This record gives sequence, C-alpha cells and structure tokens, in this order.
Amino acid sequence: MTPSRAAFAAILAKDLRAELRTLQSLPAMALFSVTTFVIFRFGLDRTSLSGSLAAGVLWATLLFAAVLGINRLFVAEREEGGFDAIRLAPIDRSVLFAAKVAALVVYLLALELVAVPIFAIFFLEDAAGLGPLVAVLLLTDLGLAATGTLISSMAVNSRARDLLVPLVLLPLAVPLMIAATGATEPLLSLGGPSYDRFGTWLTVLGLYDLIFGLVGYAVFDFLLED
Amino acid sequence: MYGKGLKPLSIATVAMLALSLSLVFFYAPLDGDQGFIQKIFYLHVPLAMTALVGFIVGGIFAIAHLRTNDRKWDAYSYVAIHISVIFGVAVLITGAIWAKASWGHWWVWNEPTLVSFLIVFLLYATYYPFRYAIEDRDRQARYASVFAVTAGAFVPLNFMAVRMAQSLVHPRVFATSNGGLPGSMMLTFLCSLAAVALLWTTLVKFELTAKSASGQVKRLRRALDAPATGGNSRIAPEVS
Repeated sequence: MTPSRAAFAAILAKDLRAELRTLQSLPAMALFSVTTFVIFRFGLDRTSLSGSLAAGVLWATLLFAAVLGINRLFVAEREEGGFDAIRLAPIDRSVLFAAKVAALVVYLLALELVAVPIFAIFFLEDAAGLGPLVAVLLLTDLGLAATGTLISSMAVNSRARDLLVPLVLLPLAVPLMIAATGATEPLLSLGGPSYDRFGTWLTVLGLYDLIFGLVGYAVFDFLLED
Repeated sequence: MYGKGLKPLSIATVAMLALSLSLVFFYAPLDGDQGFIQKIFYLHVPLAMTALVGFIVGGIFAIAHLRTNDRKWDAYSYVAIHISVIFGVAVLITGAIWAKASWGHWWVWNEPTLVSFLIVFLLYATYYPFRYAIEDRDRQARYASVFAVTAGAFVPLNFMAVRMAQSLVHPRVFATSNGGLPGSMMLTFLCSLAAVALLWTTLVKFELTAKSASGQVKRLRRALDAPATGGNSRIAPEVS
C-alpha cells in the first residue's frame, strides 16, 4: 500500500469510527429529513407525490439534510488539532480532501438509506423507480461531497461557519439539483418509471462530479497552508 | 502606478460609449417585431457578456494569485469580480425591463440565459460575505482565490445544465445575437460590446488605482505615526 493510500484509509477509518462512536451528524440528518417530509406533506397539502413534485421534495430535503452534515465535517479537525497533524504528516494534502469526500459520501448514503425508504412509504404509490434511482443518488452524492468538502474546509476556519456552508453551497449545487431532479422526475412519475433523458442527466451529474472533483483536488493544497 | 494610462483609457471609453449610443439611436433600424424596446438589447447583452467574461477573468487572476502568492493578483481578482457583480445587477434589471416590455412579465423562467445568469449572480453575490467571514488577511486572500477558481469552473457548467432543463417542446424565445441579425444591427451590437468592455476595463483600472492610492496614504500615515482616518475595509484587499 502506498503511503497516500494508507493515509487515505486511516483518515477515512478515523472519521467513520468517530461518527459511529459519537453519532453527532447522522441521526440529526436523518431526523431532519423525516421532519422535513412531514412539513412538505402539510406545506403542499398532498398525501402522495409523483413526478416533478416527488423529485423536488426528495432532493430539497436531501440537500438541506446534507448541509447539516457538511457543516460539521471539519469541526473535529479544527477543534482537536487534526489540521496541524495533517500538516505535520509527510503526506500529500489532497489525501485529506479525498478521504473527507469519501467520508461524506458514506454519510450521505447512510442518510439516503433511511430517508429514501421513508419517503417512499410516506408518499410513493409504487416503488419501482427506486432501483434506478440508486445511480442518481450515487452520482449526486459524489458531486455534493466534492463541493461540500471544499466549502466546509474553508467555512470551518471562518467566523461564520454555520452561515457560509448553506450560503455558498446552495448556489453551487443548483446545476447538481437540476440534473438530479431531471433524472428523478420520470423515475417517480405516476404511470411507473420511464427513462426520459435519463442518460443525459447522468452524464451531466458525472461531468459535475468530474469538474468539481478535479477543482477540489487542485486547490485543496492552498487551503491547508498557514 | 496603476493610474498610468487611466486618462486615455477613460477618454476612449467615453468616445466609444458615445459612438455606440449614437449608433443605437440613429443608425440601427427599429426592430420590426418589438419596436423601440428592442434597443435595450444593445445594453443588456453586452453587459451580460462582459460580466460573465469578467467572472472568468477574476478566476484566471485567482489562479495567478495561487501560483505566485503575489497579493497583487488577489486585488485584481477581487476588483474584476466586484465590477462584474455590479454589471450583473444592471444585467438583471435591464433583463427584467426587456422581459416586461416584450413578454409582459418581469421575470420569465423559460429564458435559460437569464435564469443561468441569475444563478451565477447569486453565487458571486456570496463572494462578499465569504470574504468578510475570514479575518486573517493572507487566509482571506487564499480562500477568496479558491472561491473564484471554483466559481469560474461553475459558470459554463451552470449554463449547460439550465439550458438542458428547458423541456424540448419549449423553443428558445428569441434568437441569439447571430441568429439572423442584419448587418447594421450587428455592427451596432459589436460597437456596444466594445464600449461596455472598455467601460469594465476602465472601472477595474480606476478601482485598482483608488485602492493603491489609499494604501499608499495609509502607509505614509503609518510612517509619520499619524492616526489613520477613514474606515478600513475588511473585505477589500490592500494594494501596494
């Protein structure tokens, strides 16, 4: 195992272990998403959703729940001196970026493992669209994790930590949400899933992941200098 | 030192603006479909193009800052984005006026270019609170550059995504600039574009000159041990 890979695995394992032991993000994210579904139930006054409404409710909820986790992603590094340790370690700094993106993807997948089935139980009449939805979820999570990690690592060193993440991340996530809802809408339509422009939207998601993955990888070095 | 060449540049800008405005009002033919209101096109579109290019230029300056660690480039990047955001406000206002006049609504969601521009504008509007939240000057400059690079990569991607979100049954409401524009209109448009681009350059140069002058005054005061007067901006970078 190369040193970078070992460092990547160590940071990822550290993050997941810390989250498993403290449970400071995931339960809050899951609870938040379920409550948001209830609010949408009354806000829209609908007991079942399909098509564009279903896609919109699902993605708005997942995005806002993700913001909660992204806010806290680097708090431990900042408060317990993790940033200094990474700077001291003889490893490439981008490893921290990669490991944090991976950890965030795991958090988001865990969140969706709870939130999407509950969403289906609450609102969907048939769950046939959930199978292909996994591909949309995976690609969107990657993009959200890439931009989220980048913004979170900057916000944590600012005076307005909890403010900056939603402020900057939401506009950045607009193209991601356009593509994710575009792909989800036909999957959840009333007469069973259809695949209208599904591949095109997945391509857009992949492109977003690629661009912001590369941007994050390229600029992350500059965020750790001090 | 930034003031060098500011005067001829300003004169060229004023001359070009005067030329393009006279072309707009006395030379370009009235649009057969929209009539007089179509003339806002010669202001709206060049402003939008200049603002978008300005955002990208801000990102390129930010790359230069990250590569060289020279604070000058951070100031360039800040001023480029700053002026482009101001142009962006003008773009949204002229766009709304045009939309009201030709389609009857202040805002039209199925005009993808305008919607994309709004999203880009919203992202760049967060540049100020973002800078303001970071206290350490060096870190502020570095983070702002990272923001500018990320947002620069975001601009084309966003335009693509919004364009694709238009359902295919909806045709584009009006053709783009080269969509059958007659020669006289094209000439007027190019003149306006040059005038607005010159205006952007002049404003950027002026802002840099002003910042550099106030930075020099501050340094001289410090050398004389005199108390500084005036507010000290917490977001604008200092220029030497």
